[in-house]
Amino acid sequence: MSTTFWIIIAGAIVTYLTRIGGHLVLSRFKTIHPRVEAGLNAVPAAVLTTLVAPPAISGGIAEWAALAVAALVALRGNLIVMVASGAAVLILLRNTL
Amino acid sequence: MHSSNVRDFIQGARKSVPVVVASAPFGMLFGVVAVQNGLSISEAALMSAIVFAGASQLVGLELFGQSIPAWVVVLSIFAVNFRHVLYSAALSRHVMHWTPLKRVIGFFFLTDPQYGESERRSVGGQLTFAWYIGMATPIYVCWVMEAVIGAAFGNLIPDPHAIGLDFLLPIYFLGMVMDFRDRPLWLPVVAASSIASVIAYNTVGSPWHVSIGALAGVLLAAVLAPSQSERAR
Repeated sequence: MSTTFWIIIAGAIVTYLTRIGGHLVLSRFKTIHPRVEAGLNAVPAAVLTTLVAPPAISGGIAEWAALAVAALVALRGNLIVMVASGAAVLILLRNTL
Repeated sequence: MHSSNVRDFIQGARKSVPVVVASAPFGMLFGVVAVQNGLSISEAALMSAIVFAGASQLVGLELFGQSIPAWVVVLSIFAVNFRHVLYSAALSRHVMHWTPLKRVIGFFFLTDPQYGESERRSVGGQLTFAWYIGMATPIYVCWVMEAVIGAAFGNLIPDPHAIGLDFLLPIYFLGMVMDFRDRPLWLPVVAASSIASVIAYNTVGSPWHVSIGALAGVLLAAVLAPSQSERAR
């Protein structure tokens, strides 16, 4: 088997370890400290924010407008409508500006 | 199969639709880049099928092309995926009623959107395995198929920048961030993670900005939380 094959296998193993690892650690504790609990409650906003902020900062007017419109739509619409409206603004501005 | 399982599975599958749409370009992009970097179609499909983590797959490909030691490539994949440890720990609290086998299977499918939607689902009631797998199945099947399509028909895909494909996921993830705005400390957490991730992105570099930015928000919440609950009392 090629090196590529073994890198893919090893990459799959380490990826799975990250996905089961947090659970294996946390399931050893019967009770969760309130500070840990508060930290875990912050995980969705904290992690997902880091996937938005750097690309947003390095974007231009088209990207900023798309995110602003998407954020407004997100206040009331569902995710599909939000992604679609953000993408529409982005495509329009990228091809006109 | 119990009828409530079927209902949950279908409800989960509905949640996969925007994810499948937003991630399709990346699934195919992965296939295209894989072939350009010397992988065969079956190797591209294998990687999508067993790693199943888009950003880390693309980072891995980038490094395959260069003469970099294998362990560095594997370490880079690990670094990009490190954020899953936080998802895994946070989701842990909602899956304790699953059997160990279901947990072993379930955590394999723990992608960013899978985690976000699972957190939302567990607010309203119990997070069932049927719902979770209902959401994961279409995402997984499409992801592997897209790698094959991209690898086989790579040169047919138009300029991704002009049609905005490269920015679809940030828009989607912003929507998920907004969905959690009712949580305590949401704004300070988002602010801390934004600032920390941008600083880390420009100093330490990618992919560590994700873990560093996330830890900043999580630690801030851990530090602030007890004082807030005391104030409430």
